[in-house]
Amino acid sequence: MKKITSMLLAVVLGATLLCGCGGAATETTGTDTATENTSADAGSAATGATFKIGGIGPITGGAAVYGNAVKNGAQIAIDEINAAGGINGAQIEYKFEDDEHDAEKAVNAYNTLKDWNMQLLMGTVTSAPCVAVSEKTKEDNIFQLTPSGTSVPCTQYENAFRVCFSDPQQGTASAQYIGQNNLSSKLAVIYDSSDVYSSGIYEKFAAEAANQPFEIVAAEAFTADNKTDFTTQLQKAKDAGADLIFLPIYYQEATLILSQADTMGYEPTFFGCDGLDGILGVENFDNKLAEGVMLLTPFAADAKDDATVNFVSQYNTKYGETPNQFAADAYDAIYIMKAAMEKAGCTPDMSASDICNAVKGAMLEISVDGLTGAGMSWTADGEVNKAPKAVVIKDGVYVAMD
Amino acid sequence: MKKLKLNKDYLITYGMVIGFYILMSILKGTGNLSSLFSGLLVPICVYTILAVSLNLTVGILGELSLGHAGFMCVGAFSSAFFSMCMKDIITNSFVRFFIALIISALVAALFGIIIGIPVLRLRGDYLAIVTLAFGEIIKNIVNILYVGKDSDGLHISIKDSISLGLKEDGKVIINGAQGITGTPHDSNFTVGIVLLLITLFVVLNFMNSRSGRAVMAIRDNRIAAESIGINISKYKLMAFSISAALAGVAGALYAHNLSTLNALPKNFGYNMSIMILVYVVLGGIGNIRGSILAAAILTVLPELLRGFADYRMLIYSVVLIALMLFNASPKGMEIKEKISPSRLLAAKKQTKEVQ
Amino acid sequence: MSFLNYLINGVSLGSVYAIIALGYTMVYGIAKMLNFAHGDVIMVGGFVVFTLSTRMGVSPVVAVLISIVVCTCLGMTIERIAYKPLRSATSLAVLITAIGVSYFLQNLALILFGSDIKLFTSVVKVKPLVIADGQITITGETIVTIIACMIIMIVLTTFIKKTKAGQAMLAVSEDKGAAELMGVNVNATISLTFAIGSGLAAIAGVLLCSAYPSLNPYTGSMPGIKAFVAAVFGGIGSIPGALIGGILLGVIESLSKSYISSQMADAIVFSVLIIVLLVKPTGLLGKKISEKV
Repeated sequence: MKKITSMLLAVVLGATLLCGCGGAATETTGTDTATENTSADAGSAATGATFKIGGIGPITGGAAVYGNAVKNGAQIAIDEINAAGGINGAQIEYKFEDDEHDAEKAVNAYNTLKDWNMQLLMGTVTSAPCVAVSEKTKEDNIFQLTPSGTSVPCTQYENAFRVCFSDPQQGTASAQYIGQNNLSSKLAVIYDSSDVYSSGIYEKFAAEAANQPFEIVAAEAFTADNKTDFTTQLQKAKDAGADLIFLPIYYQEATLILSQADTMGYEPTFFGCDGLDGILGVENFDNKLAEGVMLLTPFAADAKDDATVNFVSQYNTKYGETPNQFAADAYDAIYIMKAAMEKAGCTPDMSASDICNAVKGAMLEISVDGLTGAGMSWTADGEVNKAPKAVVIKDGVYVAMD
Repeated sequence: MKKLKLNKDYLITYGMVIGFYILMSILKGTGNLSSLFSGLLVPICVYTILAVSLNLTVGILGELSLGHAGFMCVGAFSSAFFSMCMKDIITNSFVRFFIALIISALVAALFGIIIGIPVLRLRGDYLAIVTLAFGEIIKNIVNILYVGKDSDGLHISIKDSISLGLKEDGKVIINGAQGITGTPHDSNFTVGIVLLLITLFVVLNFMNSRSGRAVMAIRDNRIAAESIGINISKYKLMAFSISAALAGVAGALYAHNLSTLNALPKNFGYNMSIMILVYVVLGGIGNIRGSILAAAILTVLPELLRGFADYRMLIYSVVLIALMLFNASPKGMEIKEKISPSRLLAAKKQTKEVQ
Repeated sequence: MSFLNYLINGVSLGSVYAIIALGYTMVYGIAKMLNFAHGDVIMVGGFVVFTLSTRMGVSPVVAVLISIVVCTCLGMTIERIAYKPLRSATSLAVLITAIGVSYFLQNLALILFGSDIKLFTSVVKVKPLVIADGQITITGETIVTIIACMIIMIVLTTFIKKTKAGQAMLAVSEDKGAAELMGVNVNATISLTFAIGSGLAAIAGVLLCSAYPSLNPYTGSMPGIKAFVAAVFGGIGSIPGALIGGILLGVIESLSKSYISSQMADAIVFSVLIIVLLVKPTGLLGKKISEKV
């Protein structure tokens, strides 16, 4: 009796299926479906004299702000490189797919890019999807460079590298910095217990804190479902007598924490990691609130060197926003790929697998000066060597601390 | 006569699933299936199983549950935990996954019973909100759960991984919000289809069994059912825990398809529960085959809309509204009736089933 | 002293939940549907005020009034397009379109305003109340929100009791079919309910964003769900119930964060809800409602 509905739905499913096979082809450079798929399966031979770089990150959903920053940052680098003659004389084609900050969707995005004959992957933006995708890139032997996937397993395989610091690096470095500079004797931590990045940093921070001359008097958490009201966490920190609050979180929540602390009349020093960068770019944010906030970040949008000034102004004209650290990481990621590919002498007709073999060796030899660090080099476990910069916000701009 | 017809109806459903499997296998074998689509095959199985299992609660039992993703979460974490522990001990992936599936079903069923006992006393939207609350509690607790293993055995904490006090050889398996990383990739399309067929078998047979008829009697008229001596709590709980167990199995399939497992609002929160409900309602409440089709289509649809880039989810939402209006509004029904006069009967029956 | 502070934090948060819950409970009472898009109408209200007052420099009062008008129209449009055609269908069907509408509004806002957060300038100009030598501060936003809650509650209750339209609402909520037989225009009444509910959402949006000044396309969804929980807590359909439920929810959330575990605050809030519902299956004030809307 329900046959008709079922039939109708079945027809739709059938149609979508066909689209599913055809859809991949329509978006590529125009080869027909059959060759497209067979070549994708064989993992060989790109179609033209261009490099195909794919990107994955959340451009819808709650984490969209990070994915969009990466998407745009990388676009600027690619436009620059293409205008300057490309990599080894070949232009770059770039395609960015949405993963909604979900591991399963990220794998779908990855497969979409594979159908497009992607040769290198810049992504994914967030940690959990990155781990899921790294499993796939390893299977297919595709080179992966994540601009901002901070959790350790993101780069567990030899084909995966990252531009940013890992969570343990940041947590340990922050604790050491606070300890060495005697910034505080009693401190509080407010972190997002439902977030991989935040809880990852907190854990290492707490571990390292045991060796440092300060005491964690309050470790307060919030969750993704409960991030409007921070007054209780702040109140607890205040009652415990904390004179410094460590915020291993993103700037979106930090803006609220700063303004709520201000309303309460509580004025500790705030210390954050790279996630706090971008706080001055928030529309309508009162920069006075961020006065005295310290953060360990590899990138500051107010830096006065030519590369940063050029990047920030281009980003501003193109997207009408001030770039954050994610955008800078992505911009660097593309240039790192370029350096590694030039070192390895890659050509666009190489298969993704051949490029991966060549580039992962080259990654260990290159040294890149980027927006997020000078003389960046990589180790075989995918980690980057660069110096974290401690900056403090003074009069609405970042000022480097000694 | 009726029984025969019913069986024929079920055969079509089984046939559809098997046909889909054969078609996909042929396409895959001949290299005509895009990577995207072959990657989607397991998720399709996961969501169809979820939809069918929720239909047992919503369609057959007649209770609105907004916490189905919670059972999926329990199943996913328990099975992934087992697989992580046994990764080195049981090397045969088939055997390991088989046990993991059973564990996921049992644990989810246990949660179904624990939650079901208090929840099923409530009615209607109050029941819905309590299931939603349970789903959120499960997600919240999984997010702060730390479990590690060393030579002394298992260590559990709800604070952080340091407080586990692991020895040198210890390994953190469930690491709070960072979840479980490195789950073996044991799921595949064949297993998924087999599980879907088992799910169908369980649900369709349950519907046709004595217990199933008792459950439907409760749905249609609780007081009448009670008056003829049906043990309401028992049958309600039975249907609810079977539904939970099947969701747990789907969770295990999900967990072993990805190497990383986190309890995010996106995959195990109320959003996911609602999404599963969407499959059920769109496919027709109580209509098992409809659930399968709706789940499959809505899983594939967002991927097909990738070409629209930023507008993708916007278009998806419009399609969702349009589909629902077409499917359930009197005007949409009229159009469908034009296609088939027998539709009229089905529509009437549907509205009755819902009440 | 710190207990009082935690309590006040809870009341501030709770008053915001309460004001959202008022709109929720109103729509639920009449239309018998879980309007999952309610939270997103709140977000729209926030964005309208943000665009007008922060970006274009319109005076806050005018901006708030315009946002009420915009949200009212939006609510009625949503009702007309997505809910009305399904009036004869099951309530579940409407639930699904409500989710569709919710996705639509979120993604539309994402395209129009981008994903980055915007800091909202509070429209409340009331000075904070400082007592006990500055150890306790009650913010202006809290005071205004609570007063607004009270006013809305009284106005709504009076409206329902004293006016013809209000009586019609009461009738529709009791029995749609019987109301229709008695000459009540059910469609118009439901439309009116959505209009009022969405207007309230605009006010809630402004107050939510004033108290917790960050705005992004997903701002409304979680407070929306929490407010829904608050409405159920207090007895859904009951106007004073929404107020009490909202404030209690905020207080429980704040106290469990401070005295039990900040990580488990959500779990505790939901557990309390479950316990309350098990003891009183229709919420705190669910039974006694004569003013059920």
